[in-house]
Amino acid sequence: MGEGTLEIDRVSKRFGDVVALDAVTFDVRPGELFGFVGSNGAGKTTTMRIVLGVLAADAGEVRFDGGPVTHETRTRIGYLPEERGLYPKMRVLDQLVYLARLHGVPAIEAHRSAELWIERLGLTERRRDEVQKLSLGNQQRVQLAAALVHDPDVLVLDEPFSGLDPIAVDVMSDVLREKAATGVPVVFSSHQLDLVERLCDRVGIIRSGRIVACGSVAELTSGAAVRITVRAPAATYGWAAALPGVRVVAENGDDTVVELAPGTDDQDVLAAALATGPVREFTRHHPSLTELFRSAVTEGADT
Amino acid sequence: MSGLRRPISPAAAVRLVAQRELGARLRTRGFLIGTAVILAVLAGYLLFQTALVSNAERTTVGLTGQAAAIAEPLRAGAEGLGLDVETRRVADVTEGMADVESGDLDVLVSGSPASLRVQVKSELDQQLEAVLTGISRQEVLSAKLVQAGLNPAEVMRDVDAARIQVTSFEEHDPAQGQRIVIALVMMFLLYMGITAYGSLVAQGIVEEKSSRVVEILLSTVRPWHLLLGKVIGLGLTGLVQLAILGVAGLAMASATGALTITGVATTTLLWGLVWYVLGFFLYATVFAAAGSLVSRQEDVQTVLTPVSMVLLVGFIAGFTVVQEPEGTTATVLSLLPPLSPILLPSRIATGSAGALEIVAALVLTLAAIAALTWLGGRVYRAAILRTGSRIRLKDALRA
Repeated sequence: MGEGTLEIDRVSKRFGDVVALDAVTFDVRPGELFGFVGSNGAGKTTTMRIVLGVLAADAGEVRFDGGPVTHETRTRIGYLPEERGLYPKMRVLDQLVYLARLHGVPAIEAHRSAELWIERLGLTERRRDEVQKLSLGNQQRVQLAAALVHDPDVLVLDEPFSGLDPIAVDVMSDVLREKAATGVPVVFSSHQLDLVERLCDRVGIIRSGRIVACGSVAELTSGAAVRITVRAPAATYGWAAALPGVRVVAENGDDTVVELAPGTDDQDVLAAALATGPVREFTRHHPSLTELFRSAVTEGADT
Repeated sequence: MSGLRRPISPAAAVRLVAQRELGARLRTRGFLIGTAVILAVLAGYLLFQTALVSNAERTTVGLTGQAAAIAEPLRAGAEGLGLDVETRRVADVTEGMADVESGDLDVLVSGSPASLRVQVKSELDQQLEAVLTGISRQEVLSAKLVQAGLNPAEVMRDVDAARIQVTSFEEHDPAQGQRIVIALVMMFLLYMGITAYGSLVAQGIVEEKSSRVVEILLSTVRPWHLLLGKVIGLGLTGLVQLAILGVAGLAMASATGALTITGVATTTLLWGLVWYVLGFFLYATVFAAAGSLVSRQEDVQTVLTPVSMVLLVGFIAGFTVVQEPEGTTATVLSLLPPLSPILLPSRIATGSAGALEIVAALVLTLAAIAALTWLGGRVYRAAILRTGSRIRLKDALRA
């Protein structure tokens, strides 16, 4: 595949007897925001660390721009590790300049870029402070600046939203959108699924080291079973149970929630409901990413 | 915008890391205060020592009555033995006694030259006693010679002409005492320098590990470059401190007159700096490897103890080596690579290490540096990204 795309191709990794990653495959296209979701311990961090070369894969390959990711291409990646890491006793500005220079940015540009991100992320007043003297939220902003200061061509962010206040979440979202808009592939992991749903062009769900779903939220949810809530006050209990292709999920008071098997016409359900009397509500649900995630993660969890 | 970056060369990466270490350490209050405190202690010691030497060694002798006649031979005799004696006329015995009691006088001499009476506070210096006894006997002898019809002056001239002849296998070096002091000071500075800055390497690595910054660093810098930069940066910091202490100490010691063999001291300092660099590189990667095995500052001490112990053994052995720098034990110990950096400079200071020994020690140490750097780098690379509980050395080596 092509230019500017980050490809994770059948990457596997085991730690002793534990299979951490099993042929994990997905790609992040230029200008795309890719959400990487999964339960704790599913393999998100391991995947990201392998992309950054911090961990070596047992098998598989990570490619960027058509070629395998090498030490040289890694300097083009901006990385926000899950466990935040900065020199506690180094000043914010010095730290950012140092990290930019380690990524090959010449001194003058490194200063300019560090100042730019400090201002952008609202850290101007703290720029001469040691990192350890900053609040956790501000440390997080410095960490983001550290991932961006060398103007990377790829962004790999592990849980960028954890521990942020709502304002900082907005700032972070804007920055990510903005970077993606410049044609940079952005992949980030998060447990805040509503945020992922709102922000991401595509989503990958990982379970026990395997990608179980990958695509846009619309794509992923289109194949899922449709649920309908029907409010028919005059209906008798169990009115929908006998309808073909219909499974009653819940029936409390006036409300009945049914799930339709693929190919079942929802108009048949409506007709059956009207036959019982007046229908006050008939709502078709698009499953949210959260529901999708829940079913993807629990489905076959025993195997 | 992506034209901003150029691939970073290994040399540039190492230099950047080293610069950060150097900047981070030299600027800290700890470095400045530490250096200042050691200098102040050194200066205080030297001043105290000089004051002590100039006061304590001078003996004031009060002479009263006929004894006043011995002032000249007493001073001459004392000078011959290297004693610093000052004589003073005292009006009478009573006054002299009071002065001795109060400490104004060290010794009161009264009576006739042929039978001198000496009063001291507690004890008469043995050499001074010999001088006084000699003067007294001389007086008696002169009287007997006159009685026997001989000219005392002539007889004494003949007597004085009799000399024993001394030959020695080795040339006596009057500055041997100073050499030993220089050797001890150098040994102490090297031991302290290598231990302190070696520990800083380990602590720095654990800091990077515990703060997880290492994960970001290693996504752009290779482990080798990071390790090398850190070792070079801290090594330079230590070298700067050692050079400051050495030069300032040398200047102070020469200025106060405590040191008269500046040439030997300068040579020793230069060798000391060379051996500091060698010793630091020998131990730095070992300290680094030890540090990389743990993830918390609290655990650092445990893993560093075995390494510090080797250095401590060298330091303790150094006291024996300085006492007898020519011995076989001293020679063998100072040629062992882990101990050479601490012991050999002392033997150079005492003038007992031959050129061949120095070359042999240099070659052995360089070989040891190569071997330990390879081994230490291996452990470091395997252990640096593994956080959590302490990693066993065996596992790190196998990885």
